[in-house]
Amino acid sequence: MASAILGRKLGMTQVWSDDDRLIPVTVIEAGPCVVSQIRTEQRDGYRAVQLAFGDVKESRANKPMTGHFAKAKTTPKRFVAEVPMGEDEQIKLGQTVTVEGFEPGMQVHITGTSKGKGFQGVMKRHNFKGGPGGHGSHAHREPGSVGQASTPSRVFRGTRLPGQMGGDTVTIRGVEVVRVDVEQNLLLVKGAVPGGKDSFLTIRLG
Amino acid sequence: MDKIRAIEQQQLRDTIPAFGVGDTVKVMYKVVEGNRERVQPFQGIVIRRHGSGNRETFTVRKVSFAVGVERTFPVHSPKIVNLEVVSRGKVRRAKLYYLRDKVGKAARVKELR
Repeated sequence: MASAILGRKLGMTQVWSDDDRLIPVTVIEAGPCVVSQIRTEQRDGYRAVQLAFGDVKESRANKPMTGHFAKAKTTPKRFVAEVPMGEDEQIKLGQTVTVEGFEPGMQVHITGTSKGKGFQGVMKRHNFKGGPGGHGSHAHREPGSVGQASTPSRVFRGTRLPGQMGGDTVTIRGVEVVRVDVEQNLLLVKGAVPGGKDSFLTIRLG
Repeated sequence: MDKIRAIEQQQLRDTIPAFGVGDTVKVMYKVVEGNRERVQPFQGIVIRRHGSGNRETFTVRKVSFAVGVERTFPVHSPKIVNLEVVSRGKVRRAKLYYLRDKVGKAARVKELR
């Protein structure tokens, strides 16, 4: 099996474990994915497989997309991601990847795009403390000083300031697989994963 | 969404009898002590039902040695071995929080007949 699979976040719920505890889970519709391209040492300088997931209406697919996927003898897909391939792995172009092979108790790494939070101040974005609430202070949610005067006379790069928050690619590591439903292509993992409902995720073996 | 609902539906227990706020119930609840398992009864008045689907919970209140004790159980918990409705109560509110401020005879619920 491949070391990864692509999926779509369906939402969260909770399930009872074998020892009758409630576990919060995220339900992911994972696969079936198609291997749409294989990166080889000879041609690309590294080994990897390109997985594709999620159907696109035929009328919405452009010619380059259609052509690329035609090489793997499949229809155009919405979400494409490359995942590393081991030395001894045998994966063929056009092969289907399903949740088969994932087992409850496995640890996986999940990559997704976090929910956009817009332009946010330093308290929300960087967990700054902010200023005093009262006693004559007006600096309630201010970042405070960002540097010195004539030396260095500039703000250092990387200084944490207000700005766009969220919408980043986020990976959470060591997520436990709680349940696998091969029939319905469902993967239940413990806890939350990045992004909103219907957002695409890459699930790699940990 | 439907797939999530299906997962939740699967976990619902149909062995739990219908009961409502104001009813006196006896909950047989599995407790694990170390590696020993036993069933502990908890009897009292249901003062709240909260949530829906497999997230639904209910709270039982009883007065034990002059101390009010409230326990909240998930309705569909597999740890509930048995739930018995001892008597039906006649109440006019969805949440019986007012019982917390009542003592003795005043802290009763009229029986439905």
